[in-house]
Parts: sequence; C-alpha cells; structure tokens
Amino acid sequence: MADNGSPAERGQPIIRLRGIRNAFGRQVVHDKLDLDVRRGEIIALVGGSGTGKSVLLRTIVGLNRPAAGSIEVFGKQILGMPAVERRKVEQRWGILFQNGALFSSLTVAQNIQVPLKEHLGLKGPILDEIAALKIALAGLPPEAGDKYPSELSGGMKKRAGLARALALDPEIVFLDEPTAGLDPIGAAAFDQLIADLRDSIGFTVFLVTHDLDTLATVCDRIAVLGEKRVMVVGTMEEMLQQTHPWIVEYFHGPRGRAALDAKARNEARLEG
Amino acid sequence: MSATRVDASGLLRLVDRQGGLRAELSGRWVVANVAGLERALTALPGESRKGGGPVGGRALEIDLSAVEAIDTVGAWLVHRTAARWQRAGGEPLITGVNEDYEVLLGQVAKADRPVPEKPRGHGRIARMIDGFGRSVSLAGKESLSLISFLGETIAALFRLVFLHPGRFRLTSTFAQAQKAGLEAMPIVGLISFLIGIVIAYQGVDQLAMFGAQIFVVNLVAISVLRELGILLAAIVIAGRSGSSFTAQIGSMKLNEEVDAMRTLGLDPIEVLVVPRVLALMIMLPCLAFFADMMGLTGGMLMSWGVLGIPPDVFMNRLADSVSWKTFAVGIVKAPFFAVTIAVVGCLEGLRVEGSSESVGQRTTQSVVKGIFLVIVLDAAFSIFFATVGI
Repeated sequence: MADNGSPAERGQPIIRLRGIRNAFGRQVVHDKLDLDVRRGEIIALVGGSGTGKSVLLRTIVGLNRPAAGSIEVFGKQILGMPAVERRKVEQRWGILFQNGALFSSLTVAQNIQVPLKEHLGLKGPILDEIAALKIALAGLPPEAGDKYPSELSGGMKKRAGLARALALDPEIVFLDEPTAGLDPIGAAAFDQLIADLRDSIGFTVFLVTHDLDTLATVCDRIAVLGEKRVMVVGTMEEMLQQTHPWIVEYFHGPRGRAALDAKARNEARLEG
Repeated sequence: MSATRVDASGLLRLVDRQGGLRAELSGRWVVANVAGLERALTALPGESRKGGGPVGGRALEIDLSAVEAIDTVGAWLVHRTAARWQRAGGEPLITGVNEDYEVLLGQVAKADRPVPEKPRGHGRIARMIDGFGRSVSLAGKESLSLISFLGETIAALFRLVFLHPGRFRLTSTFAQAQKAGLEAMPIVGLISFLIGIVIAYQGVDQLAMFGAQIFVVNLVAISVLRELGILLAAIVIAGRSGSSFTAQIGSMKLNEEVDAMRTLGLDPIEVLVVPRVLALMIMLPCLAFFADMMGLTGGMLMSWGVLGIPPDVFMNRLADSVSWKTFAVGIVKAPFFAVTIAVVGCLEGLRVEGSSESVGQRTTQSVVKGIFLVIVLDAAFSIFFATVGI
C-alpha cells in the first residue's frame, strides 16, 4: 500500500525512541525510556494512571519536548529538525485526541478539509469529495458532514476526529484513548474500524488505551509503561506470561480475564 | 489503428485500441498529487468537456500495474473514473490490481454513496425580509426573557432575605465585590480624571469668548456629577465585569457545572446570579462616587494650570454652583445600572450552549447589551428628572 515500503522495509521500526527523559519540575515521568514501533503494526501503550502514557504520545508528536533522548520517525531525527522539514513529517502522521479536539466553529467536513487546505493547498470540488470519502471511511452517515461538533454524540465525535486524522492518508496514526467513553458496542465497532483501515490503508497505529478488549482483539503488540520506562513489549500471549506484579494484576484481573474469554469465544464462533 | 497519448506529468498513458481505451497509470497516485491526478484524468473521454470524444459503449481498461503508490484518494479517483464510465454506458475494467489495492478499492467503493442534497435557498430579497422578521421577533423574545430573568432574580433575592437568610452567600458576594469593584478603581479613576481635564480644557476655550471662564467650574461640576461620573463607571463595569460574568458562567455551563448544581439541589440563580447582582449594586455607587471625585480633581487641576483658578477658589465656586442634589441625581442611577449590567451578564452566561464559540458570542452580546441598556436607562432618567423638575 501507499508508502508502506517494500516488503523488506515492513517490520522495520518506523518510530525509534532512545533514552527519553521527561520531567516536570522535580517529578520525573520518564527516564531512559526506549521503544521501537514497527511499520504496519498496531501497538498499544498501557500503564497505570500517572505513568505518563499521554505525555509519551505528546512527546513523540512534538507537543512536549523531552529533557533528554532521541526520537527518530521515518528514519529521521525529529528533535531539532528545521521547521520546514518538520511540517513535512507532520503531514505523514495523523492524531486523534481524546475528545476529538474538533474545531468547534467548523462543520465536520470543514474540519477534515483543514489539513488538506493547509498542507496541500487544495481547492475546488475535490475537497468535498475527499471529505465525503473520509466521512464514509470513518463510518459516519453522509449527513454528518454538515453538522457542527456540538451536534454530534461522543462516538460520532471520535469518528469525526479519526476522519480528520486520516485526511492526508497518514503513515502513522496516533490514537489517545480511542474507545474511552464509548458504549461496548460502539467501542467494539471502533476497534474493528481501526483494524479494517489498517488492513486496507496500511498505516501504523500507535494507541494509548485502558480498554482490555481493544488490547485483546486488535493490537499486535502491547508496551507496558511503568517505573519510568517501557517495562515490556510483546504480544498478548507474552503479557500473560509476565511475572511483574502490576502486569499480572492488569492482565489476570477479572476484567483482563473477561476480555480474553470474550476474544476466545469470538474466535471459536468464527471457526465453528 | 492505435494512438498513444502520454500525459505530461507521467501519471497516465492513454492507448487507443480497437474496441476500447486502455489507461495505464503510473507514478504516485496519492493525495499530495491530487491536483496533477485530476488534470491527468481530464485526458479521458467523459471526464471533462474538452476530453477526447464520446464514451459511446466502449470498453476502458484502467491498468494499475505500473503504479508506485496509491492511497485512499488515488483509489477514489480510479473508482470514480470507472463509475462515471459505467454510467455513461461504457464498460470499465480495472486491471493490474494486487491484493492490497483490491482491499483499498473495495473500501473506497463501499464509501461511495449518494451525497444528501442540500435544501435550496430562497432569493436574496426573500432572505432579507426573512432575516428582518426573525431579528424583530428575536428582539421581542429577548426583552421578555430579560424581564422574566430579572423577576426570577428579585424573587430569589427576597427568598434569601426573608425565608432562608442562612443560604445567603456572603463570601461569594464579597469576592465578587472585590473583583468587580475594588480592582476596577484604578481604571475608572484614571478615565474620569482624564475626562475632567478634557471638559475643563474644551470648556475654557468656548467660555473665554464670552469672558465667562469662571463658569468652567459649573460646567465641570454639573456634567461630571450628573452624568459623566456614573456613565463612565457603568460603561467600564459593563465591559469589565459584565463580560467576565458571562464568560465565567458560560464556561461553567459548558462544563455541566450548572447542571450539577441543579441536581445537588442548588439554585444557580441563588448561587451564581444573586451574589453578582448584589456585589455590583454595592460597588457601582461607590465607583461612581470615586469617578465623580476624580473627574472634579481633573477639572480643578486643569483650571488651575490653564486659567490660574487656584483650588480654594474652585472649591468655593463649586459649593455655590451645585447642591448635594446634583450629586444625588447622578448617584441614584448607579444601583439601577448595576442591576442591568449584572442581570444581562448572568443571563447571557446561562444562555451559553454547545461550544466555546458560543461563549465568545454571548460575551460580546453581554457587553453590547449592557452598555446599550445603561444608556437607554440614562436617557429615561433624564426625561424623568426633567419632568419632575430636578
């Protein structure tokens, strides 16, 4: 797919974090944090409250400058990059903020067109066509395009935010708690949407979540944040074999077991 | 019979063959190139007016095998071209599709759906008349809701004073009084002082023509005490505190804090509106008095500097030219202006709905309405005082 690179490039790190240190005043959030994200995967960042999941996401996309460390995206150093180059990199990723962060004075369609106009200078009817296409890809009804964010439900806002994040057909999509605040059916549908889009558009997904169902059903790998660094990275199966008390409690607790049972039931149904 | 046309940008090669056309796509069919892609597609029949000839039932083969990269927008353009060809009665066929492209084309085809038609608008004159009618009816409704809100506030105030004095929020009232009154003193004082100077200076110029410079004292005293002191204070407060009432209450409304209050059995009018109204009712007369004094000081200093009227002469003359009635006529208006400003500010805040943009609109409305109503009230007071002969 688009810019997904040759088969040899697949599985190569698209984001490479080394020795990241984040501190607010005296409080150190991350120290000597390393993480690799592979091209084309869906990776989830989990961790207890206050372990700095959102801070790490904001650090990668440049909303927060780390005190030390290096961030490589698409094989290029991000920190200290000249503004012009930086804009080019920004065109290659899309971000879904926790509450959608849609511009409230613009309709959904206009929200989607903002990056198209700003980065590509597009004009004319193609703008409406692309907006309609993204609205459909994000699973929104066609009439949602003319609505303002205040007229949308929470789930629709997330979908509209995703549509805006996808406007430039990014290679990486960052999702901050994509299913928080959605009902279980809506959350499952959103998970499926992300998995489907990954398969068709072929982007890499980096998501921060607390949703064990998301972890069990769509994530290729899980990175656990704790003790100021990434403690382990691996598949769900690998997580279940960990012995760290927090990880054991997280994945073997009642909610963790329920999510895994649900996944097993689903798979059995599909096979049977 | 075969002709080849290559698009200049190297994105499309059109081969005219017997029985149909073959479009060989190459290069990067991605959103960043979309302008070039659209231009390249105009070479196809049916895509533009100048495009090469009728579609007629011919076959069109779109070959993707040489494409370097394609994304949703590129896939959309391919899909759209094929769909248009089909509608025009031709037979489109997409070839050279690998697995990835197929998934992508499938997604895009699924996303292609009729766009709902927007309702057609009326003519310009009809819209103008419609707009005028709406704004008249809106103005009527607004006045009614302002009066009803004023009534609710007064009712809440009486309830607090006579039925539940314990529920009265003294701390909140004093905090508002400090923010809206005490902290506004520097700006109100400075403006009044400067206006006093301006009036004295302009007045002397005119009065000197009659050799009546000494009357500048009467001019400054009457204009500042009767009108300007209180008006300036009220306008500054409408801009400063009316707007902040709206923004505070509006943000609380957006954050569902006002709803939370209702569910906890707290009346937002008692908790939010009454303390603000009372605070302004106490503070605006004080500010008006302060503005009067600063205005007179400005006039006095200017008379001394330009005319050489020493302060003691100015004071004597002041005592002769005005009575306490002149002062009272000005200051008596202050509580009425205060209630107007506070009630408008709070009402607009409670009307905030939906988005942060609404907070901005309501804040503007609050200041504009506040100042407008203050001036309307002032005119009404003038007529009243003239009629009763004060």
